Amino acid sequence: MKKIEPLNLTISSSPHAHSSNSTAVIMRDVCIALVPALIAAIVLFGWRVLTLTAFSVAGCVFFEWGYRRMMKKDCTVGDWSAVVTGVLIAFVCPANVPYWMILIGDFFAIVVVKQLFGGIGMNIVNPALAARALMMFSWTSAMTSGAYHEVKLLDAVSSATPMEALAAGSLPNCSVLELFLGRCGGSLGEVSAAALLVGGAYLLIRKVISWRIPTAYLASVAVLTMLFPRGGNDFFDWMLCQLLSGGLLLGAIFMATDYTTSPVTHFGQLAYGVGCGVLTVLFRYFGAMPEGVTFAILIMNCCVGFFDKMGIPARFGAIKQKKKRGGETE
Amino acid sequence: MSFKKQLKDGLLTNNPVLSQLLGMCSTMAITTTLFNGIGMGLSVMVILICSNVVISLLRKVIPDKIRIAAYIVVIAGFVTMVDLLLKAYVPALSESLGVFIPLIVVNCIILGRAEAFASKHGVLASAADGLTQGIGYTAALVVMCIIREFLGSGTFGKGVFGAGSFGATDGIRILPEQYPALLVILPVGGFLTLGCLIAFTQWLNRRIAQKEAQKEAVE
Repeated sequence: MKKIEPLNLTISSSPHAHSSNSTAVIMRDVCIALVPALIAAIVLFGWRVLTLTAFSVAGCVFFEWGYRRMMKKDCTVGDWSAVVTGVLIAFVCPANVPYWMILIGDFFAIVVVKQLFGGIGMNIVNPALAARALMMFSWTSAMTSGAYHEVKLLDAVSSATPMEALAAGSLPNCSVLELFLGRCGGSLGEVSAAALLVGGAYLLIRKVISWRIPTAYLASVAVLTMLFPRGGNDFFDWMLCQLLSGGLLLGAIFMATDYTTSPVTHFGQLAYGVGCGVLTVLFRYFGAMPEGVTFAILIMNCCVGFFDKMGIPARFGAIKQKKKRGGETE
Repeated sequence: MSFKKQLKDGLLTNNPVLSQLLGMCSTMAITTTLFNGIGMGLSVMVILICSNVVISLLRKVIPDKIRIAAYIVVIAGFVTMVDLLLKAYVPALSESLGVFIPLIVVNCIILGRAEAFASKHGVLASAADGLTQGIGYTAALVVMCIIREFLGSGTFGKGVFGAGSFGATDGIRILPEQYPALLVILPVGGFLTLGCLIAFTQWLNRRIAQKEAQKEAVE
């Protein structure tokens, strides 16, 4: 009788389908998507932008490396996430922010917000936004309007930032096209809507982010501002200016979509986006500060767990259980 | 139980703030200047010693079922005394601590020590417990105050050192005005500082325990 040869089969558990995507690839894509905004900022504010951003990235990478080394954990610098955080921290600051402030922001974002909670994938809120919140509360004058006024734009010095004008109930003193291109005061990375949209389109094409969160976010802001224009302005102009000014696009495209701090279910993502939008408009209309994107996203970050529970699809074949009055299930 | 062991207990292994996590509310609220920290710490220490002694004396008289109410009466008596004394002799401190002095009545540290220690031990041991736990509380507060004041206002010893009337002095400026992060003075900063200190204490406690275990193993 012939002896049966054992087949040389590899036995492994699922998943069997693999993709070449890794954290590093995704984060590198985010960095590439941020390049247009960086170029726009350099054109608008000058070369200091580049050194600021490079300094911030170096700071974040250093703290990430230093903390992991000090705590004897494996080094996670290679996943590029610290680079993204570094760029974003620079992008939410005014162009004349001092270097030491950026360094403290880097430290807070990487060590306190990210690593103390367990590193990448474990943080509860977006590190870059938390760093901005820290800087806003600690050095308010250096981080808000006062700082923007000192920054020279191409040839002119802007009088009031668009956000200040909007908070006062009037349209900014620049045209919608100027707002779109970024010829107005504001933080480094947020001024040029066009550059941010290019970056967002790249991320969508590369399937790094889904359309749900940014669309829900921007749409809810658009609807709310269109329904409730202030200062007797035309509702369409008012909506466009609200959409294009401040940190809204930067927040909606790059920050609200952060994997760790956004819901994974489709319904959850939509609800999360709408929540961000509603809160942003509320902060902008009634808040003490002109801009509210930071705090809107930070607050929604904390609620991600609930949104994920809301959107869980039913198992195939599972029958919906009706709740009885006594809290028992059928 | 030796005094030395009690002192170590109060300062590190069983620190009321950093290990037992008691009295968080006042800890968070008042640790913004050194003056506040020392004042609050000493007030609590005095009340803790007195109430521990009295409760220890009464421990066989107080019926078990109403002991909490009885403890609170004793504690409230001493808190009122301290409150009035502060108002009379250190009005600056009384003003700066405000409602947190009367609130010592419901501070868990004092009730906790009454329940856990004074009601089971003799007078001397209870007094020593009050003293050591009080020292631990004061030390934790002072450390938090120094850190928060340094990072948040850039000064050392506000209210104690520097120019101005006692209780309202400017302190010694260490960081120039533009550097301090206001956030550290806000409640957020209180939580962050406390979290770091708790982590540090846990680490220290573990190290001490390890060393002692090694020592025993050698012997």
